[in-house]
Amino acid sequence: MRVMAQLAMVMNLDKCIGCHTCSVTCKQTWTNRGGVEYAWFNNVETKPGQGYPRRYEDQSRWKGGWTVRNGRLRLAGGGRLRKLLNIFANPDLPELDDYYQPWTYDYRNLTEAPLSEDIPVARPLSAVTGAPAEVKWGPNWEDSLGGAPQHAPEDPVVQKLGRDVRFEYEQSFMFFLPRICEHCLNPSCVASCPSGAMYKRTEDGIVLVDQDRCRGWRMCVSGCPYKKVYFNHKTGKAEKCTFCYPRLEVGQPTVCAETCVGRLRYIGVMLYDADKVGAAAATEDEQRLYQAQLGVFLDPHDPAVAAAAEQSGIPHDWITAARRSPVYELIARYRVALPLHPEYRTMPMVWYVPPLSPVVDALSGTGFDGEEAGNLFGAIDALRIPLDYLAGLFTAGDPEPVRLALRRLGAMRAHMRSINLGEPTDQRGPGRVGMTAAEIESMYRLLAIAKYADRYVIPTAGIGRAHELEGIATRCSLDGDGGPGMVDGRTDLFTWRDDERPDGMFPTLRGGARP
Amino acid sequence: MTDAFDLLLWAVLPYLTLVVLVGGLVWRYRHDRFGWTTRSSQLHESRLLRIGSPLFHFGLLFVIGGHVAGLLVPASVTRWLGVHDEMYHLVSFTAGGLAGAGTVVGLGVLLYRRWRTPAVRRATSGDDRLMYPLLAATVLLGMTATVLTRSIDYDYRATVSPWFRSILLLDPDPSLMSAVPLPYRLHALFAMALFALWPFSRLVHAFSAPVHYLIRPYIVYRTRDHRLASRRARPGWDDT
Repeated sequence: MRVMAQLAMVMNLDKCIGCHTCSVTCKQTWTNRGGVEYAWFNNVETKPGQGYPRRYEDQSRWKGGWTVRNGRLRLAGGGRLRKLLNIFANPDLPELDDYYQPWTYDYRNLTEAPLSEDIPVARPLSAVTGAPAEVKWGPNWEDSLGGAPQHAPEDPVVQKLGRDVRFEYEQSFMFFLPRICEHCLNPSCVASCPSGAMYKRTEDGIVLVDQDRCRGWRMCVSGCPYKKVYFNHKTGKAEKCTFCYPRLEVGQPTVCAETCVGRLRYIGVMLYDADKVGAAAATEDEQRLYQAQLGVFLDPHDPAVAAAAEQSGIPHDWITAARRSPVYELIARYRVALPLHPEYRTMPMVWYVPPLSPVVDALSGTGFDGEEAGNLFGAIDALRIPLDYLAGLFTAGDPEPVRLALRRLGAMRAHMRSINLGEPTDQRGPGRVGMTAAEIESMYRLLAIAKYADRYVIPTAGIGRAHELEGIATRCSLDGDGGPGMVDGRTDLFTWRDDERPDGMFPTLRGGARP
Repeated sequence: MTDAFDLLLWAVLPYLTLVVLVGGLVWRYRHDRFGWTTRSSQLHESRLLRIGSPLFHFGLLFVIGGHVAGLLVPASVTRWLGVHDEMYHLVSFTAGGLAGAGTVVGLGVLLYRRWRTPAVRRATSGDDRLMYPLLAATVLLGMTATVLTRSIDYDYRATVSPWFRSILLLDPDPSLMSAVPLPYRLHALFAMALFALWPFSRLVHAFSAPVHYLIRPYIVYRTRDHRLASRRARPGWDDT
């Protein structure tokens, strides 16, 4: 057993209202620069829909992730030699049109247009070339099923269903799917990088690109099945979601989670057995990959696991954080959170609580009580299309885990409604979904009350290094930055005498000559 | 006078080029690792790139292989190996001609693409504008020389190749180059200019060819940078 720690996220899709605050704050933080105008490390897409980039889930086209042949994992885009032979032109790389052509507006015209009869307008301009642009597609073109009758049948998950899905307004269902990098346990982007610039951090499992080592071979972009590695066309380097590691290192949640209006994101530690990842990802039957990944996770309450974790060098406070992890509760204990597209075999670590609302809405639409447990359970079974669609997203098509998760959410609604209305609770209700009333209620606290401190249990990087930090604290503070004991680099005005010309006060020319 | 000029061109210039190439690479690696990239424009345009780029790059790899064989392996060695001179030249002309043609056509497609695609044209930097003409001139002069060899039956292995080896052996013999046909000399001069520009242009990506990928494990793990992300601010005047 080789215990490793991973910071993971769970999103409760029932609460997502598609406000895109996460996307906007993320963009302001990370990709408000040239070269990544088109890149959204966090995006929210409407499902059913083609997503961003268009039809990224169609791996027969994009060749992302892994496949299994003869029991062995292989990169879907081809092995090492094939990657190197394709290095001069990557056949699986999406073009800017597959994302969208980024644009801005000619705002200057609003103030500088000459006086005329007509009100000046700001025409769209390409953010890449600056030429007048025609806006044909965007990062969220299908918001709230906009154009769904035309575009949504192209959704790869819908096509896989092989069934007629209705997209007329009254007959359709929809929900929002916020997506960030999955920070996978078996990342195919890392495996695809010829330079070895991409890596998974041993301490917290965050997948990053070393900007100094990236050489712009762009194999990671096509290697990632979620298309969450982006090519900066100005710097020629790959960029991706960093899981806001500078924030997490000091115990703060990611920007997308912090600013989430619906408070639907959870961040916590998962302990897993790194030795089991390869075999789990190579599980032959893709519908068993969800269970296989559950088998990789370790129970932090198990003393043997804790001991092995200590032995692997995981700091003590990370182990205690893993015991309080909301993510572990939702994934492993309540089993209401499911992975996104486990069939890509990358062992993704951003999981989703599937939305019950399409079912409730459909039920209420027919005039039945959408909150009553019996009705709900019947509807979960009867409304095959939302169920199978969710299974296509979260369990490679196996409806059983989705049904269990939805039934548990339904049981929670019914149980808590009885309590709120002062009615006697149905004692058999929780038992029908394999839970106790106490478990239902604590799941309710986590999902519905969702206090900040319960949603984010993030051990800092610093506390794990307390020993070293103690060493820093016992040093003379006057040696610190700007202190009189500091020798090089900065100018210290306290010890500056007026007949001296302090180095560092004035810029030096290259080569060290003084101006 | 000619001798001094030859000395400058064929004994001094090669070493200057080498110094600039090696020194430039070291400088670039130490100070601009962030800028060390292919600067791929495939995101903007893929259709022409998928024809031109492999044609150019694979062609060029063969051409480089041919140069290594032709310049570094003395004629006496191939003769000793039992390869008849006539046959050697036939094979080298056919293989080199094909590879060279591929390189020229590929480069043509790539340059056309760079010229005609607005986004790619816009992504063309200042050093690109110097590098591409230089590269095209070098390749075209090389092709001219290859064709010329065939038509005038010129044996570069008696002149150019020994000169090249004399440079590498630190015993330069510029006199070997004085009677060489003009296309060869121009090709060599343009190549030297290209090598001098190499470390400062996008061509630098050739030196990071990721052959290591073939043997490394798929998943790379790295420990966190020793410094935490919230690190000390740099001094205000630090312009590095």
